[in-house]
Amino acid sequence: MPDIKTEVMTVNMGPQHPSTHGVLRIVLELDGETVLSAAPTIGYLHTGIEKTTEQKKWQQVIPLVERMDYLSAQSNSMAYCLSVEQLLGVEIPGRVKDIRVLIAELQRINSHLVWLGTHGMEVGAVSVLMYCFRERELMLNLNEMLAGFRMFPSYMRVGGLREDLPRGFHDAVRAFLDRFLPKLHEYEDLLTNNEIYLERTQGVGVISKDDTVGYGLVGPIARAAGVDYDVRKYFPYLGYETYDFAVPTQTAGDVFARYLVRIAEMKESVKICRQALDRIPPVGAFAIDDPRITPPPKDRVYTEMEALIQHFLIYSQGFTVPAGEAYVPVEGPRGEQGFTVVSDGTNRPWRVKSRAPSLLACQALEKMIVGGLIADVIAVIGSIDVVMGDVDR
Amino acid sequence: MDPEALVASLQESVPGAQIERAPSVDRQTTIYVSRDEAPAILRALRERPDLAFAFLAELTAVDVWPKEPRFELIYVLVSFVHRLRLRVKVRLHGTDPHIATACPLWPAANWLEREVWDLFGIAFDGHPDPRRLLMPEDWEGFPLRKDYPVQIRMKPRADEALQVTAEEFRANVMKDRLTREPPRGR
Repeated sequence: MPDIKTEVMTVNMGPQHPSTHGVLRIVLELDGETVLSAAPTIGYLHTGIEKTTEQKKWQQVIPLVERMDYLSAQSNSMAYCLSVEQLLGVEIPGRVKDIRVLIAELQRINSHLVWLGTHGMEVGAVSVLMYCFRERELMLNLNEMLAGFRMFPSYMRVGGLREDLPRGFHDAVRAFLDRFLPKLHEYEDLLTNNEIYLERTQGVGVISKDDTVGYGLVGPIARAAGVDYDVRKYFPYLGYETYDFAVPTQTAGDVFARYLVRIAEMKESVKICRQALDRIPPVGAFAIDDPRITPPPKDRVYTEMEALIQHFLIYSQGFTVPAGEAYVPVEGPRGEQGFTVVSDGTNRPWRVKSRAPSLLACQALEKMIVGGLIADVIAVIGSIDVVMGDVDR
Repeated sequence: MDPEALVASLQESVPGAQIERAPSVDRQTTIYVSRDEAPAILRALRERPDLAFAFLAELTAVDVWPKEPRFELIYVLVSFVHRLRLRVKVRLHGTDPHIATACPLWPAANWLEREVWDLFGIAFDGHPDPRRLLMPEDWEGFPLRKDYPVQIRMKPRADEALQVTAEEFRANVMKDRLTREPPRGR
């Protein structure tokens, strides 16, 4: 039989491909179904947020940074606020720290739910999407209750929070957590022992322990490969050292291990949320008591001259931040996240740079998909949980 | 390990290196190194077992225009084994800013350096893939430089439309009609 002539085919995957989580483009070289090379191309969503922040006042940056990683908006704004507070040298009240922990953990559950739903759908388990978005809807309701916004609450402020917790928030969160845990077991019933899901994910997209660290993939991807690094444990912030929680790790480093790690992380987050809820008194301080930074309450603005002047100064000029540079790492849903904030001593930032875990995950994509099958590319992109808003900024 | 011991250990592995401690308000100990000594110092940080900075958390630049030296390159490094965080800064002059690449030490540096080249115009010698990352490849200028204007009014560019006269157009339509097969009626 004569040799059949075969040739290498170049396929453009994306930027308008539904499984690339936004506008990621990958140029694939294929030999049959095997991926010979992969070149991720990014920048389609670049909106120059970092340049824009340099024109804004310190508080005005918060809505912008929330729109970078749009699935974990409040982690972004919290990381930004922590960096600016570090530069200011202020210590926020303990109650605010606990509320921030609560919100950050709820945000982690929220982000992981979107990840789980979309990833499940991409590998063929479409019903998981419906299950996950059902609970995510409740989560967005919590956001709405908290701040009036569902996706980008802009609830964090430099120096604390925008306003106090709404009445009944504790009960609403408790009701959600009570409902959520049994549902989490439902997702596991759908996937963990699902033969098709195991076939699609086990041994796929493997990356070694050293490579995850070298490529800067710390977070769930590294923990799935056996790196136990978690900023909350290694360099605690917001009093995380006083909470009781575990850092789940796996050793396989494949797509299935990442799934197991994220499911376990959601359970740990529920634990942390409950502890935080027990610590937060229903009423109390929600921002630092510093007239330069925190605006006065509205009833005082309407009745006192001094408060009106203070209000006017804060909203027209903002506050100045001492010259210097700060980077406070936090554990976002996608790994170590943080903002390099540089001040020149004025009321506007000189430079704001986000450490984007998704960017590094995109970079390492090539490492994970070359040599595999083209069908596995989808499973791998889903498993590294990239948010293109975070990649391109 | 305290910052003094860290600097001493670096001095030992790179003899004669100028390492300047700088105050910092956060967890990261900050040191300034010179451009020519940076590769050796970064290598020592990565490879010495008592330092073992295996994780490059951040690589970015700051433009302090109009001051000179204009650029500050920032590496944020983390050592898991010793639970250390370190910020290494390098000052670069505005005329022809360039430095050796860190890709062989940390693969993560690849795209981070491309981003710095893209937005600040700092060149990385020996970089395996020195292209723009976020901006289009034919973009002019480096947007995050402070002397880059925030708003530019440019005339919108458009490719010229296909030039066909009205007669040619009509003839083409007619030709299309004539060559198309007539519908099969009953």
